[in-house]
Amino acid sequence: MKQILIISGKGGTGKTVLTAAFASLAKNAVFSDCDVDAANLHLILNPQVEEKHEFRSGKTAVINKDLCKSCGLCEGLCRFSAIAEDKLNGIYVVDPISCEGCGFCALACPHSAIEMQENISGDWFVSSTRFGPFVHAKLGVAEENSGKLVSTVKQMGKELANQGKSEKVVTDGAPGIGCPVIASLSDVDCAIVVTEPSLSGIHDAKRVIKVAKHFQVPVKIVINKFDLNSDMAQKIESFAKQDGIEVVGKIPFDRRIVDCVTQRKSVTEHPDKEVAEPFKKIWEKIQKI
Amino acid sequence: MIVSVASGKGGTGKTLVATNLAMSLDFPCQLLDCDVEEPNAHLFLKPQIKKEEKVFKLVPKADVSKCQLCGKCQEVCVYNAIAVVGKKHLVFPQLCHGCGACSYFCPHGAIVEEKQEIGVVTTGESLHVDVISGRMKIGEAMAPPVIRRVKEHIRPDMVAIIDAPPGTSCPVIESIKGSDFVILVTEPTPFGLNDFVLSVEVLRKLNIPFGAIINRSDLGNQETEDFCQKNGIEILMKIPFQKEIAEVYSRGDFIVEALPSFRQAFKELWEKIQPKVAV
Repeated sequence: MKQILIISGKGGTGKTVLTAAFASLAKNAVFSDCDVDAANLHLILNPQVEEKHEFRSGKTAVINKDLCKSCGLCEGLCRFSAIAEDKLNGIYVVDPISCEGCGFCALACPHSAIEMQENISGDWFVSSTRFGPFVHAKLGVAEENSGKLVSTVKQMGKELANQGKSEKVVTDGAPGIGCPVIASLSDVDCAIVVTEPSLSGIHDAKRVIKVAKHFQVPVKIVINKFDLNSDMAQKIESFAKQDGIEVVGKIPFDRRIVDCVTQRKSVTEHPDKEVAEPFKKIWEKIQKI
Repeated sequence: MIVSVASGKGGTGKTLVATNLAMSLDFPCQLLDCDVEEPNAHLFLKPQIKKEEKVFKLVPKADVSKCQLCGKCQEVCVYNAIAVVGKKHLVFPQLCHGCGACSYFCPHGAIVEEKQEIGVVTTGESLHVDVISGRMKIGEAMAPPVIRRVKEHIRPDMVAIIDAPPGTSCPVIESIKGSDFVILVTEPTPFGLNDFVLSVEVLRKLNIPFGAIINRSDLGNQETEDFCQKNGIEILMKIPFQKEIAEVYSRGDFIVEALPSFRQAFKELWEKIQPKVAV
């Protein structure tokens, strides 16, 4: 069983369109969406949810104002500036958005006035789709701990694949290079970096490639909308060559691809068969992984 | 006065809007690149760098001469970043949030906190724009401490434009909190709308006024505009898809300079926002 992850560094380069295309082309695979923060793959896969699990992670400090003696110790200890005095009412309050749940204040409070309350920070789902099983999640708005939720999704995808003797897990990743991306890279056999021919696209792809290499994950590149700036596309190819990274495909800018997204379809479901051609070629190439 | 440019979905045009808005203003302003995982604003503004400061987080280290291996540090660390295994004291810096509980509660005073570099903040100038960019180190997981350092540069006497990271979780919140107004950039596709709805929830939760810009407004469908109308969200600007825009953007230039009609459009954008944020 092989795990393939689609990442990009820069957002909006086409990760989800590519993942959905792979999903529609795969014969025996499990799919997962590790962009738990702003998940989109479900919009194309249209999942029938079979299992829903609450995701509890992290805690938030809550000050009991009946026990609080307003000594201010907690405010001084908190490194996240999450506790402040409400001068009007002479009490201390926690800003739940700034609180990182470390529990330092609760342990240190001499009056035991602070309680750490568990957050319900999201849900994760096991679903069936027209292309195969799908693990996805929804992080609560303005919640943290997305790295842990990503790891949960990732783990479930792997377990499902092992149980069903699937050949692959194909995972849609998050933009950026921080904790959700790092969490999604664990155990991956190949990371496909989707980039676009712009200064920002190249800049961001280089950074995410460094992250993948840092965690010893092999990388391949896909250049999306390569014809929007052929010079830049050429630059990506030469930098890939220099770094010994294979460019497994180039996808042209095509309004019909946007139409597929608008109609919540995979590119392979477009009546014009040629729309899916570049995606099919990429899929064939990565079968060797 | 702080105006953030944000979006749930990546690649909708946050940097395009933030940098072109800054360039179109006819008075000095600040541009803060808070997308510290993938900072891009400098590629357009090409500032002359004046200062570079390192950002550190504090990570514990046990003084072996004092450590009794009692395990108190492990007990108080909710991030599992510190552990006593057999006769060894281990620290996992990637997991550490730097809260300081371990050193505070260590009964033997055996834990010192050491600085570990997690990124840099550069300050520079590009014409009338002060450019402050954060850049997280490769392999680091947590962006908020770097974002906080970028935001320490905000000058209350200036207009500060924040280029925020994509998404709806902690790095985004850290970037946009304290803003007087947020410009949400989206695109009229189901992906764009789905993430736009999430961003709207975030901004309502944070209680920050906002308006929308629909980028590539002719690629997609009507649903995003309908949503805005139904929910009383002002559409501040619509940017149609044009190959020229994509091309100008791709080579790191400003559309307000290369395509003159946009200079006026961005001026009008500011005129719409300005009364909303005026104190």
